Amino acid sequence: MAQRASAAILAICVAVHLATVIYAVRGGLSAAEILGRTRGNAAWLAFYAMFVVAASVHAPIGLRAVLTEWLRWRGASRDLFLLAFAGLLLVLGLRAAMAVFGPVSP
Amino acid sequence: MKVSIKRTSCFQEFEVPRHPSQTVLDVVTYIQRELDPTLAYRFACRVGMCGSCAMTVNGAPRWTCRTHIDKVASNDRLRIEPLRNLPVIRDLVTDMSAFFGKWAQAKGRYEGTRTRRDDFHQVPPDGEKRRAVDAAIECIGCAVCYSACDVVAWNPDYLGPAALNRAWTLIQDERDVARIERLRVVAGDAGCHSCHTHMSCTERCPKGLSPTASIAGLKREAAKLALRGKL
Repeated sequence: MAQRASAAILAICVAVHLATVIYAVRGGLSAAEILGRTRGNAAWLAFYAMFVVAASVHAPIGLRAVLTEWLRWRGASRDLFLLAFAGLLLVLGLRAAMAVFGPVSP
Repeated sequence: MKVSIKRTSCFQEFEVPRHPSQTVLDVVTYIQRELDPTLAYRFACRVGMCGSCAMTVNGAPRWTCRTHIDKVASNDRLRIEPLRNLPVIRDLVTDMSAFFGKWAQAKGRYEGTRTRRDDFHQVPPDGEKRRAVDAAIECIGCAVCYSACDVVAWNPDYLGPAALNRAWTLIQDERDVARIERLRVVAGDAGCHSCHTHMSCTERCPKGLSPTASIAGLKREAAKLALRGKL
Protein backbone atom coordinates (compact mmCIF):
# COMPACT_ATOMS: atom_id res chain seq x y z
CA MET A 1 0.00 0.00 0.00
CA ALA A 2 2.85 2.33 0.84
CA GLN A 3 4.16 1.55 -2.61
CA ARG A 4 0.91 2.61 -4.26
CA ALA A 5 0.49 5.73 -2.12
CA SER A 6 4.06 6.86 -2.74
CA ALA A 7 3.66 6.04 -6.44
CA ALA A 8 0.61 8.29 -6.65
CA ILE A 9 2.53 11.14 -5.02
CA LEU A 10 5.53 10.54 -7.28
CA ALA A 11 3.37 10.60 -10.39
CA ILE A 12 2.27 14.15 -9.55
CA CYS A 13 5.73 15.25 -8.39
CA VAL A 14 7.46 13.94 -11.51
CA ALA A 15 4.93 15.61 -13.78
CA VAL A 16 5.31 18.97 -12.03
CA HIS A 17 9.11 18.62 -11.94
CA LEU A 18 9.22 17.84 -15.66
CA ALA A 19 6.99 20.79 -16.43
CA THR A 20 9.17 23.22 -14.46
CA VAL A 21 12.37 21.83 -15.99
CA ILE A 22 10.99 22.29 -19.49
CA TYR A 23 9.77 25.77 -18.57
CA ALA A 24 13.20 26.74 -17.23
CA VAL A 25 15.09 25.33 -20.20
CA ARG A 26 12.72 26.74 -22.84
CA GLY A 27 12.73 30.07 -21.05
CA GLY A 28 16.50 30.10 -21.34
CA LEU A 29 17.00 30.68 -17.63
CA SER A 30 20.57 30.57 -16.34
CA ALA A 31 21.51 28.69 -13.20
CA ALA A 32 21.81 31.93 -11.27
CA GLU A 33 18.38 33.06 -12.49
CA ILE A 34 16.78 29.75 -11.49
CA LEU A 35 18.33 29.87 -8.05
CA GLY A 36 17.23 33.45 -7.73
CA ARG A 37 13.63 32.29 -8.03
CA THR A 38 13.86 29.11 -5.97
CA ARG A 39 15.97 30.13 -3.02
CA GLY A 40 13.94 30.94 0.07
CA ASN A 41 10.73 29.70 -1.51
CA ALA A 42 8.96 27.78 1.25
CA ALA A 43 6.17 26.42 -0.94
CA TRP A 44 8.55 24.84 -3.46
CA LEU A 45 10.72 23.56 -0.61
CA ALA A 46 7.69 21.80 0.87
CA PHE A 47 6.82 20.33 -2.52
CA TYR A 48 10.31 19.00 -3.17
CA ALA A 49 10.62 17.72 0.40
CA MET A 50 7.46 15.69 -0.21
CA PHE A 51 9.01 14.47 -3.49
CA VAL A 52 12.12 13.30 -1.62
CA VAL A 53 10.12 11.53 1.08
CA ALA A 54 7.95 9.76 -1.50
CA ALA A 55 11.03 8.61 -3.43
CA SER A 56 12.70 7.43 -0.20
CA VAL A 57 9.65 5.24 0.45
CA HIS A 58 9.02 4.04 -3.10
CA ALA A 59 12.54 3.13 -4.25
CA PRO A 60 13.51 0.83 -1.35
CA ILE A 61 10.21 -1.07 -1.53
CA GLY A 62 10.80 -1.68 -5.23
CA LEU A 63 14.42 -2.61 -4.59
CA ARG A 64 13.22 -5.10 -1.98
CA ALA A 65 11.43 -7.14 -4.67
CA VAL A 66 14.49 -7.03 -6.92
CA LEU A 67 16.85 -8.16 -4.12
CA THR A 68 14.51 -11.01 -3.15
CA GLU A 69 14.07 -12.25 -6.69
CA TRP A 70 17.56 -11.83 -8.12
CA LEU A 71 19.88 -12.24 -5.13
CA ARG A 72 17.60 -14.44 -2.97
CA TRP A 73 18.33 -12.02 -0.16
CA ARG A 74 15.79 -12.38 2.65
CA GLY A 75 15.50 -11.57 6.32
CA ALA A 76 16.59 -8.83 8.65
CA SER A 77 19.89 -8.07 6.89
CA ARG A 78 18.12 -7.22 3.66
CA ASP A 79 15.56 -5.03 5.43
CA LEU A 80 18.30 -3.24 7.38
CA PHE A 81 20.14 -2.56 4.13
CA LEU A 82 16.96 -1.14 2.62
CA LEU A 83 16.36 1.04 5.67
CA ALA A 84 19.89 2.40 5.34
CA PHE A 85 19.28 2.96 1.61
CA ALA A 86 16.06 4.84 2.41
CA GLY A 87 17.96 6.96 4.91
CA LEU A 88 20.61 7.72 2.31
CA LEU A 89 18.01 8.85 -0.23
CA LEU A 90 16.31 10.97 2.41
CA VAL A 91 19.55 12.69 3.48
CA LEU A 92 20.88 13.28 -0.04
CA GLY A 93 17.49 14.38 -1.31
CA LEU A 94 16.72 16.82 1.48
CA ARG A 95 20.22 18.25 1.24
CA ALA A 96 19.64 18.92 -2.44
CA ALA A 97 16.20 20.40 -1.80
CA MET A 98 17.64 22.68 0.88
CA ALA A 99 20.44 23.77 -1.44
CA VAL A 100 18.00 24.81 -4.17
CA PHE A 101 15.00 26.01 -2.18
CA GLY A 102 16.37 26.66 1.27
CA PRO A 103 16.64 30.10 2.83
CA VAL A 104 19.51 32.21 1.60
CA SER A 105 22.22 32.54 4.23
CA PRO A 106 22.59 36.13 5.40
CA MET B 1 12.34 -39.21 -33.71
CA LYS B 2 14.83 -38.55 -30.93
CA VAL B 3 13.28 -38.02 -27.52
CA SER B 4 15.37 -36.71 -24.64
CA ILE B 5 13.86 -37.40 -21.23
CA LYS B 6 15.05 -35.92 -17.95
CA ARG B 7 15.68 -38.73 -15.52
CA THR B 8 16.51 -38.00 -11.91
CA SER B 9 20.19 -37.28 -12.54
CA CYS B 10 20.62 -36.84 -16.31
CA PHE B 11 18.94 -36.77 -19.71
CA GLN B 12 18.34 -40.09 -21.45
CA GLU B 13 17.90 -40.35 -25.22
CA PHE B 14 15.35 -42.64 -26.85
CA GLU B 15 14.55 -43.42 -30.47
CA VAL B 16 10.76 -43.45 -30.86
CA PRO B 17 8.73 -44.22 -34.02
CA ARG B 18 6.72 -41.22 -35.19
CA HIS B 19 3.07 -41.64 -36.17
CA PRO B 20 0.72 -39.17 -37.88
CA SER B 21 -1.65 -39.13 -34.93
CA GLN B 22 0.44 -39.06 -31.78
CA THR B 23 0.59 -37.04 -28.60
CA VAL B 24 3.55 -36.46 -26.28
CA LEU B 25 1.83 -38.72 -23.75
CA ASP B 26 1.74 -41.47 -26.39
CA VAL B 27 5.50 -41.05 -26.74
CA VAL B 28 6.17 -41.27 -23.00
CA THR B 29 3.86 -44.29 -22.71
CA TYR B 30 5.63 -46.02 -25.61
CA ILE B 31 9.01 -45.44 -23.96
CA GLN B 32 7.85 -46.80 -20.62
CA ARG B 33 6.14 -49.85 -22.14
CA GLU B 34 8.60 -50.78 -24.86
CA LEU B 35 11.99 -49.26 -24.08
CA ASP B 36 12.51 -48.56 -20.38
CA PRO B 37 9.98 -49.79 -17.81
CA THR B 38 11.74 -47.89 -15.02
CA LEU B 39 10.55 -44.52 -16.37
CA ALA B 40 8.17 -42.86 -13.87
CA TYR B 41 5.47 -40.48 -15.09
CA ARG B 42 1.91 -39.42 -14.21
CA PHE B 43 -1.26 -39.55 -16.25
CA ALA B 44 -4.90 -40.42 -15.67
CA CYS B 45 -7.70 -39.53 -18.05
CA ARG B 46 -5.48 -39.06 -21.15
CA VAL B 47 -8.25 -37.00 -22.75
CA GLY B 48 -7.47 -33.49 -21.52
CA MET B 49 -9.70 -33.32 -18.45
CA CYS B 50 -7.67 -34.10 -15.34
CA GLY B 51 -4.37 -32.25 -15.78
CA SER B 52 -2.29 -35.12 -14.31
CA CYS B 53 -0.03 -35.47 -17.35
CA ALA B 54 1.41 -31.96 -17.17
CA MET B 55 5.14 -31.90 -18.02
CA THR B 56 7.69 -29.51 -19.48
CA VAL B 57 7.93 -30.13 -23.23
CA ASN B 58 10.72 -28.29 -25.07
CA GLY B 59 10.90 -25.82 -22.20
CA ALA B 60 7.18 -25.05 -21.90
CA PRO B 61 4.71 -26.62 -19.45
CA ARG B 62 1.85 -28.39 -21.18
CA TRP B 63 -0.66 -31.23 -20.89
CA THR B 64 1.13 -34.00 -22.73
CA CYS B 65 -2.10 -35.80 -23.64
CA ARG B 66 -3.29 -32.64 -25.40
CA THR B 67 -0.03 -31.88 -27.18
CA HIS B 68 0.14 -33.28 -30.67
CA ILE B 69 3.64 -34.27 -31.77
CA ASP B 70 3.38 -32.08 -34.85
CA LYS B 71 3.12 -29.03 -32.61
CA VAL B 72 6.38 -29.66 -30.75
CA ALA B 73 8.61 -32.07 -32.70
CA SER B 74 9.08 -30.06 -35.86
CA ASN B 75 12.67 -31.19 -36.37
CA ASP B 76 12.03 -34.71 -35.08
CA ARG B 77 13.46 -33.86 -31.64
CA LEU B 78 11.67 -33.67 -28.31
CA ARG B 79 12.86 -32.70 -24.84
CA ILE B 80 10.64 -33.77 -21.95
CA GLU B 81 11.23 -32.73 -18.35
CA PRO B 82 9.19 -32.65 -15.15
CA LEU B 83 7.21 -29.50 -14.27
CA ARG B 84 9.35 -26.55 -13.19
CA ASN B 85 9.18 -25.00 -9.71
CA LEU B 86 8.24 -28.26 -8.01
CA PRO B 87 10.54 -30.77 -6.28
CA VAL B 88 11.08 -33.93 -8.33
CA ILE B 89 10.16 -37.28 -6.78
CA ARG B 90 11.55 -39.33 -9.66
CA ASP B 91 11.99 -38.80 -13.41
CA LEU B 92 8.91 -36.91 -14.64
CA VAL B 93 6.96 -37.05 -11.38
CA THR B 94 6.89 -33.97 -9.15
CA ASP B 95 5.79 -33.44 -5.58
CA MET B 96 2.64 -31.35 -5.74
CA SER B 97 2.30 -30.77 -1.99
CA ALA B 98 3.87 -27.29 -2.12
CA PHE B 99 1.44 -26.31 -4.86
CA PHE B 100 -1.61 -27.38 -2.85
CA GLY B 101 -0.05 -26.13 0.37
CA LYS B 102 -0.04 -22.63 -1.09
CA TRP B 103 -3.64 -23.11 -2.19
CA ALA B 104 -4.53 -23.74 1.45
CA GLN B 105 -2.30 -20.87 2.58
CA ALA B 106 -4.21 -18.49 0.34
CA LYS B 107 -7.40 -19.66 2.10
CA GLY B 108 -8.60 -21.32 -1.09
CA ARG B 109 -11.48 -22.92 0.74
CA TYR B 110 -15.08 -21.75 0.82
CA GLU B 111 -16.39 -20.62 4.20
CA GLY B 112 -20.14 -20.20 4.65
CA THR B 113 -22.53 -19.77 7.53
CA ARG B 114 -25.82 -21.23 6.27
CA THR B 115 -26.94 -24.59 7.57
CA ARG B 116 -29.32 -27.17 6.17
CA ARG B 117 -32.09 -25.43 8.04
CA ASP B 118 -31.60 -22.17 6.16
CA ASP B 119 -32.89 -21.38 2.72
CA PHE B 120 -30.51 -21.36 -0.29
CA HIS B 121 -28.50 -18.22 -0.86
CA GLN B 122 -29.73 -17.03 -4.24
CA VAL B 123 -26.93 -15.78 -6.46
CA PRO B 124 -28.11 -14.39 -9.83
CA PRO B 125 -26.03 -16.01 -12.60
CA ASP B 126 -25.72 -12.79 -14.58
CA GLY B 127 -24.54 -10.67 -11.68
CA GLU B 128 -21.17 -8.99 -12.04
CA LYS B 129 -19.59 -10.97 -9.22
CA ARG B 130 -20.97 -14.30 -10.43
CA ARG B 131 -19.63 -13.64 -13.92
CA ALA B 132 -16.22 -12.84 -12.45
CA VAL B 133 -16.30 -16.15 -10.60
CA ASP B 134 -17.41 -18.03 -13.73
CA ALA B 135 -14.44 -16.70 -15.65
CA ALA B 136 -11.96 -18.17 -13.20
CA ILE B 137 -13.65 -21.15 -11.55
CA GLU B 138 -12.72 -23.92 -13.99
CA CYS B 139 -9.23 -24.44 -12.55
CA ILE B 140 -8.44 -28.09 -11.92
CA GLY B 141 -5.15 -27.56 -10.16
CA CYS B 142 -2.80 -28.97 -12.80
CA ALA B 143 0.10 -26.65 -11.85
CA VAL B 144 0.94 -25.63 -15.42
CA CYS B 145 0.56 -21.95 -14.49
CA TYR B 146 2.64 -22.46 -11.35
CA SER B 147 5.39 -23.97 -13.50
CA ALA B 148 5.19 -21.22 -16.07
CA CYS B 149 5.45 -18.45 -13.49
CA ASP B 150 8.86 -16.75 -13.26
CA VAL B 151 8.01 -15.10 -9.95
CA VAL B 152 7.40 -18.53 -8.41
CA ALA B 153 10.85 -19.51 -9.63
CA TRP B 154 12.45 -16.36 -8.20
CA ASN B 155 10.50 -16.08 -4.94
CA PRO B 156 9.80 -19.45 -3.26
CA ASP B 157 7.29 -17.84 -0.90
CA TYR B 158 5.08 -16.46 -3.70
CA LEU B 159 1.64 -18.06 -3.49
CA GLY B 160 1.44 -18.48 -7.24
CA PRO B 161 -1.20 -17.93 -9.92
CA ALA B 162 -3.44 -20.91 -9.17
CA ALA B 163 -3.81 -20.23 -5.45
CA LEU B 164 -4.42 -16.53 -6.05
CA ASN B 165 -6.88 -17.27 -8.84
CA ARG B 166 -8.89 -19.52 -6.51
CA ALA B 167 -8.76 -16.90 -3.74
CA TRP B 168 -10.22 -14.40 -6.22
CA THR B 169 -13.17 -16.65 -7.04
CA LEU B 170 -13.94 -17.00 -3.34
CA ILE B 171 -13.61 -13.28 -2.69
CA GLN B 172 -16.11 -12.66 -5.48
CA ASP B 173 -18.42 -15.33 -4.03
CA GLU B 174 -21.03 -13.33 -2.17
CA ARG B 175 -21.92 -16.30 0.03
CA ASP B 176 -18.41 -16.54 1.43
CA VAL B 177 -17.82 -14.95 4.83
CA ALA B 178 -14.01 -15.05 5.06
CA ARG B 179 -13.50 -12.28 2.49
CA ILE B 180 -11.54 -9.81 4.63
CA GLU B 181 -9.35 -12.50 6.18
CA ARG B 182 -8.60 -13.95 2.78
CA LEU B 183 -7.77 -10.56 1.29
CA ARG B 184 -5.43 -9.91 4.17
CA VAL B 185 -3.55 -13.11 3.37
CA VAL B 186 -3.36 -12.64 -0.39
CA ALA B 187 -2.40 -8.97 -0.09
CA GLY B 188 0.47 -9.94 2.16
CA ASP B 189 4.13 -10.15 1.44
CA ALA B 190 4.10 -13.22 -0.80
CA GLY B 191 0.72 -12.47 -2.31
CA CYS B 192 -0.82 -10.70 -5.25
CA HIS B 193 1.47 -7.65 -5.12
CA SER B 194 4.43 -9.82 -6.07
CA CYS B 195 2.89 -10.53 -9.46
CA HIS B 196 4.76 -8.69 -12.21
CA THR B 197 2.09 -9.28 -14.86
CA HIS B 198 4.37 -11.35 -17.09
CA MET B 199 1.25 -13.31 -18.03
CA SER B 200 3.04 -16.61 -18.55
CA CYS B 201 0.27 -18.23 -16.52
CA THR B 202 -2.46 -16.88 -18.79
CA GLU B 203 -0.49 -17.81 -21.89
CA ARG B 204 -0.03 -21.43 -20.82
CA CYS B 205 -3.27 -22.25 -18.97
CA PRO B 206 -4.75 -25.28 -20.77
CA LYS B 207 -8.25 -24.23 -19.73
CA GLY B 208 -7.89 -20.74 -21.11
CA LEU B 209 -8.17 -19.07 -17.71
CA SER B 210 -6.46 -15.80 -16.86
CA PRO B 211 -4.88 -15.87 -13.41
CA THR B 212 -3.34 -12.50 -14.31
CA ALA B 213 -6.81 -10.98 -14.49
CA SER B 214 -7.79 -12.57 -11.18
CA ILE B 215 -4.61 -11.28 -9.54
CA ALA B 216 -5.29 -7.81 -10.97
CA GLY B 217 -8.72 -8.06 -9.34
CA LEU B 218 -7.10 -8.97 -6.04
CA LYS B 219 -4.80 -5.95 -6.29
CA ARG B 220 -7.81 -3.69 -6.87
CA GLU B 221 -9.79 -5.14 -3.99
CA ALA B 222 -6.81 -4.98 -1.65
CA ALA B 223 -6.22 -1.34 -2.55
CA LYS B 224 -9.89 -0.48 -2.04
CA LEU B 225 -9.94 -2.11 1.37
CA ALA B 226 -6.65 -0.56 2.41
CA LEU B 227 -7.96 2.88 1.52
CA ARG B 228 -10.96 2.26 3.75
CA GLY B 229 -8.61 1.20 6.51
CA LYS B 230 -10.09 -2.28 6.71
CA LEU B 231 -6.97 -4.22 5.79
